Amino acid sequence: MNTLFEYLVRLGDDSLILGHRLSEWCGHGPILEEDIAMTNIALDLVGQATSIFKYAGEVEDKGRNEDDIAFLRFDKDYKNALLVEQPNEDFGVTMMRQFLFDAFRKPLFEQLTKSSDKHLAAIAEKSLKETKYHLKHSAEWVIRLGDGTEESHGRVQDALNTLWRYTDELFFSNEVDADLRSKGIVFSSEELKATWSEMVKEVLAQATLSIPDNGWQHDGGRKGLHSEHLGYILAELQYMQRAYPGMEW
Amino acid sequence: MVNKERIWDLMEEVFDPEVPVLTIMDLGIVRDVVQIDDYWKISITPTYSGCPAMKTIEDDIIEKLGEYGIENVSVELVLSPAWTTDWLTESGKKKLKEYGIAPPVDEVDKSVLFADPPIVPCPRCDSKNTKMISQFGSTACKAHYQCQECLEPFDYFKCLK
Ligand SMILES: [Zn+2]
Repeated sequence: MNTLFEYLVRLGDDSLILGHRLSEWCGHGPILEEDIAMTNIALDLVGQATSIFKYAGEVEDKGRNEDDIAFLRFDKDYKNALLVEQPNEDFGVTMMRQFLFDAFRKPLFEQLTKSSDKHLAAIAEKSLKETKYHLKHSAEWVIRLGDGTEESHGRVQDALNTLWRYTDELFFSNEVDADLRSKGIVFSSEELKATWSEMVKEVLAQATLSIPDNGWQHDGGRKGLHSEHLGYILAELQYMQRAYPGMEW
Repeated sequence: MVNKERIWDLMEEVFDPEVPVLTIMDLGIVRDVVQIDDYWKISITPTYSGCPAMKTIEDDIIEKLGEYGIENVSVELVLSPAWTTDWLTESGKKKLKEYGIAPPVDEVDKSVLFADPPIVPCPRCDSKNTKMISQFGSTACKAHYQCQECLEPFDYFKCLK
């Protein structure tokens, strides 16, 4: 197995699928500024996916480019965490999902800027700057909603209770990670989880939200086993390339 | 005679499609010009990963050089070192302000969470009594502000470090 390719696909799929989810808010945001913010963040994420898949194609060396990888795989070939494919629901759910993800991605990109793989380090360096803005945005909304009205507090607490069971998977680690760790390409996911937990605790405390008991945790996304939601996303995402193969504009 | 200096000079004639008062040299996104055999390789770096202007800029560079008879040109996208607003030139910042976009003010990187937004003077009346409306504006590189004195809503070219 080409472990670097596998890892890049996970990284790129997290960006692509979450970017697609956020883009669903285009024209539906609760206020104009948030409509624009969410689509801006979606654009950053899809842009990151483009850089990552482009590099993944080179690493794989089978002649696939970034578009082939983004649009022409089957559901089991997508390796995003289940968290990012969860539906948008209301704005509170979307912001909570985003916060749990951003709090993971910021320290992840910080780690990857030190990767022995120079190309991956460059992608991380670029993406980190954007992720800092994303985290600031989502964390501030979680606080504002949690520490807001009874209604907003209740809704984001429900969102947290629902999404919490998808958070362990962000720190998934198997032989792919072990191999890349031994080469200095990626780093400890335990360390990552510790940084994440600290950030999450701090923000949720400010938001007056309580962290749910760590009960049943889902996994599967990193192995290509997805929730029912991914199929619907791919149907929309891939439609043009499936209906009109090779089309460009 | 085409030499490296000539190519760099011509880069001053290629404009950013999203903020058309700025050249790509003002933006600081042209990273390198090298001659390899019989063609010129020009390296540019994106401002943001998803910046939709990059493809247009690439085409514009090729078109501009073509106007001067320079045909063998390839444009390469490089990601490292990552672009920062520090690379905006002073004249670029001045042009931004005249265009009605507040140029980046120095922000401290450690203030990522829970920090107050930076104080950005109004590009119209110079008042510092302005407020941030949204961190995300009309394009990836801008935030949205409003002046509390003259009431002008304006874009702020936000700091990226
Ligand atoms: Zn003013």
